[in-house]
Amino acid sequence: MRRFSWFNVVSLTLGFAFLYIPILILVIYSFNAGRNVAVWQGWSVRWYVEVFDDQQLLDAAWVTLKVGLVSASVATVLGTMAALAMARLGRFPGRLLFSGMIYAPLVMPEVITGLSLLLLFVAVDFDRGFWTITLAHITFTMCFVAVVVQSRLVGFDRSLEEAAMDLGCRPTATFFRITLPIIWPAVVSGWMLAFTLSLDDLVIASFATGPGATTLPMKIYSDVRLGVKPEINAVCTLVIAIISIAVIVASILTKRQEVEREKAERAAFAGG
Amino acid sequence: MSTEKSRSGRFLLVGIPYAWMLVFFLVPFLIVAKISLSTSVMALPPYAPVVESLTDLWRKIGEFSFFNYLRLVQESIYVESYLSSLWIAFSSTVIMLFIAYPLAYGMARAPKAWRPTLLMLVILPFWTSFLIRVYAWIGILADEGLLNWLLVSLRVVDEPITFLATQRAVYIGIIYSYLPFMVLPLYSSLEKMDETLLEAAQDLGCTSFQAFWRVTFPLSIPGVIAGSFLVFIPAVGEFVIPDLLGGSDTVMIGKTLWEEFFNNRDWPAASAVAITLLLLLVVPIVIFQNAQAKAQEAGR
Amino acid sequence: MAKTLGPVRRKFSPWNDPTAKPLIEFRNVVKRFGDFTAVDDVSLGIYEREFFALLGPSGCGKTTLMRMLAGFEHPSEGEIRLAGASLAGKQPYERPVNMMFQSYALFPHMSVEKNIAFGLVMDKMPKGEIETRVQEMLKLVKLEKFAKRKPHQLSGGQRQRVALARSLAKRPKVLLLDEPLGALDKKLREETQFELMDLQQELGMTFLIVTHDQEEAMTVADRIAVMDHGKLIQVAGPSEIYEQPNSRYVADFIGDINIVEGRVTAIDGGLIRMEAAAPRVSIVMEDDAATSVGATAWMAVRPEKVRISHDAPIETGVNAVHGEVWDIGYIGDTSVYHVKLDDGGTFRAAVANVSRTVERPIGWDDRVWLTWSKTAGVVLTA
Repeated sequence: MRRFSWFNVVSLTLGFAFLYIPILILVIYSFNAGRNVAVWQGWSVRWYVEVFDDQQLLDAAWVTLKVGLVSASVATVLGTMAALAMARLGRFPGRLLFSGMIYAPLVMPEVITGLSLLLLFVAVDFDRGFWTITLAHITFTMCFVAVVVQSRLVGFDRSLEEAAMDLGCRPTATFFRITLPIIWPAVVSGWMLAFTLSLDDLVIASFATGPGATTLPMKIYSDVRLGVKPEINAVCTLVIAIISIAVIVASILTKRQEVEREKAERAAFAGG
Repeated sequence: MSTEKSRSGRFLLVGIPYAWMLVFFLVPFLIVAKISLSTSVMALPPYAPVVESLTDLWRKIGEFSFFNYLRLVQESIYVESYLSSLWIAFSSTVIMLFIAYPLAYGMARAPKAWRPTLLMLVILPFWTSFLIRVYAWIGILADEGLLNWLLVSLRVVDEPITFLATQRAVYIGIIYSYLPFMVLPLYSSLEKMDETLLEAAQDLGCTSFQAFWRVTFPLSIPGVIAGSFLVFIPAVGEFVIPDLLGGSDTVMIGKTLWEEFFNNRDWPAASAVAITLLLLLVVPIVIFQNAQAKAQEAGR
Repeated sequence: MAKTLGPVRRKFSPWNDPTAKPLIEFRNVVKRFGDFTAVDDVSLGIYEREFFALLGPSGCGKTTLMRMLAGFEHPSEGEIRLAGASLAGKQPYERPVNMMFQSYALFPHMSVEKNIAFGLVMDKMPKGEIETRVQEMLKLVKLEKFAKRKPHQLSGGQRQRVALARSLAKRPKVLLLDEPLGALDKKLREETQFELMDLQQELGMTFLIVTHDQEEAMTVADRIAVMDHGKLIQVAGPSEIYEQPNSRYVADFIGDINIVEGRVTAIDGGLIRMEAAAPRVSIVMEDDAATSVGATAWMAVRPEKVRISHDAPIETGVNAVHGEVWDIGYIGDTSVYHVKLDDGGTFRAAVANVSRTVERPIGWDDRVWLTWSKTAGVVLTA
């Protein structure tokens, strides 16, 4: 069995300390009783109480959640379609442009994506607000979904689909009975990625929004510009807690599935 | 019959996302290009329409205004923003490499049972909000913040050092926020490395360090390249970090674009900045793609 | 009196019956992928209840030929007919042909019984009948106890049997087997070959197998088509392919063989005389190959039909070369002697180890004579 070497222990400790100490400090100070963020004045949950009294903050959270759910779901459908088109259709007219448009938003600075979408909404005189943010989020997150799903499709054994067709299954039925169930984990993680990207986005939403729709990142940003506020620490802690729990639960579930699968496989080889 | 049906299915499959991307990606982009060529007016929207009809187009072609692009070259704020964005992105990428490599190496050489957990620990911050992670540093870097409190109480310095609103803070922010993007490709290239290679190198007379330098490091170069580009490209266009952590002396192009747009309401100038920034990024992206294709070929 | 080539397995040869109509017909089929011609003008008839093998190295077009029959590829030219009707324009899900995939292609999210029932569900067969049929298939492949398992909970051999059961469940007119045993180890593979033959007899179905393993093809098939670069080189029964190859390619691809290049010096009364340069030797063979005096031809003889001895041959009219033993491969049932000939080139002779002890063993560096009769080999013109 391999052990940690001292070098590895040091580099891991320093690295993870760097990654986690700032977040840890933020979390600890969200329980600070005093308003001054730098001075510790004892434990308190008063800032959490204030968060739940702040209607603006709650509204912003609700808008963010709605945008995230709608845009992640639509983006997952569109992104999966795009991935299938790229992985399966071979050469089709305009393929280069298509894959270019799918990959470009992944590396394009958010300021440009945001600016260009806003100019579109202005040009067609579209009322800006909840829907424009959602449209913008669908557009940039579907590209991430497409990449995640496509990477699963690359390792997909095409003969599974051929076998289904050989046994009398039509192409559409083959997709729903064979392909989709098998790529489902990738589709789910694509959705999760799209959802978190949407929750997290400040820049694109700031461009795409109009009066009346403020997302949580926008609210946090406008408060933060005025300096550190303890309520914001509390909000951030809540967001971190929710996301961390979701991610950890998801990864434990997949891990458990894997372990069970491995166990079953070993049993099969012992018995077969 | 059935072939026809499947053909229409294929058409829909590619057609719907294609149409979406045309409308919400390409068209907006063309609008940006168009506005960057028009002149600024004090109105809503704050730009003069460039082309109203096709016949108009012909007449206008001769008189497109490259005024905004000329300004990019002439006004020092733009040139400075571009150069300092590139420099900040580049140097923070290099610094990050020195932090990320030992971390990725430590993860890849950790006992196998630990690796998924360590990997998870690197990915977790990526899932939590970017904005929050940047925000976390404000409290630490402030004049009366924790870092200064620590430095003063340890008597490293007598007076608090100004971190916030300096370039130092921007570097810290970029390195902190993008570290996972650098660690992950490095880890994956180090982790899949065959350990018998190192044993073979040592068997042939290499010391551990030589084995690292002559075997491990060269084999991890694809990861180094991938990580560097994953960090460099978004860092060039970064807005949140220079805005929250940097001061007025830190000009980065993403921030300049934002200010041009929201504060000065100069849409044509912002558009010209956007187009130029994109062209500036195309070159490294093409290099990155080529490097990846090469790495894939080499891996085959 | 005509002699038969090799053993006769069963009296079944519709291909020799001019009135018999083939079940599957490839008519001048060509398949191109861009500039590459994968299948080059293949015409071939396969008969009902036949076990037919397509044999060749990878990339020879055998899999493409099979995939065209299944409907995954469409011919660039020519047509494929099944039971007298053209298959042109028919999709895979419309053809009464089923395939067992090389990777088995078992649906990972379905249990063994769901996998087997899949094709029947697609045919909208009544539920009760599906159950009966699935049970029947499970029994056929001896997997009754594994019905509820998922594919990843099975061993390689079990997976192979599920794949077989699934492709047989619909009772197709033709079963296509794409390298069906490639993933199994040698022993299991040999067992399964015989199981496949029994199954084919029992079900009375037509089997078409694609393989690169010549032993497998020889074991299971009634007829074999040897392919190279998209062309059919020879189509014949296993013993004919082995004993009467029509070209150096087939002779070399199937089993081990000694080939000597020479010039034909005389043809008379079914005897062909040749002069070879390396080794420098005169050869006489009984063969009716279509060649002419002065043409280049090749004499091919299998190692097991070459005699090896310390002594020069006494009888005349026998072909003989002499040399020094260079290497001996002891395989157990046979020993293969590699002999470096005095007149150039090498030659191999295989001797069955029929007794455990040998009186005058042939050892390394021994001087030996190699002899073969004029009916032991063939003369090839291509």
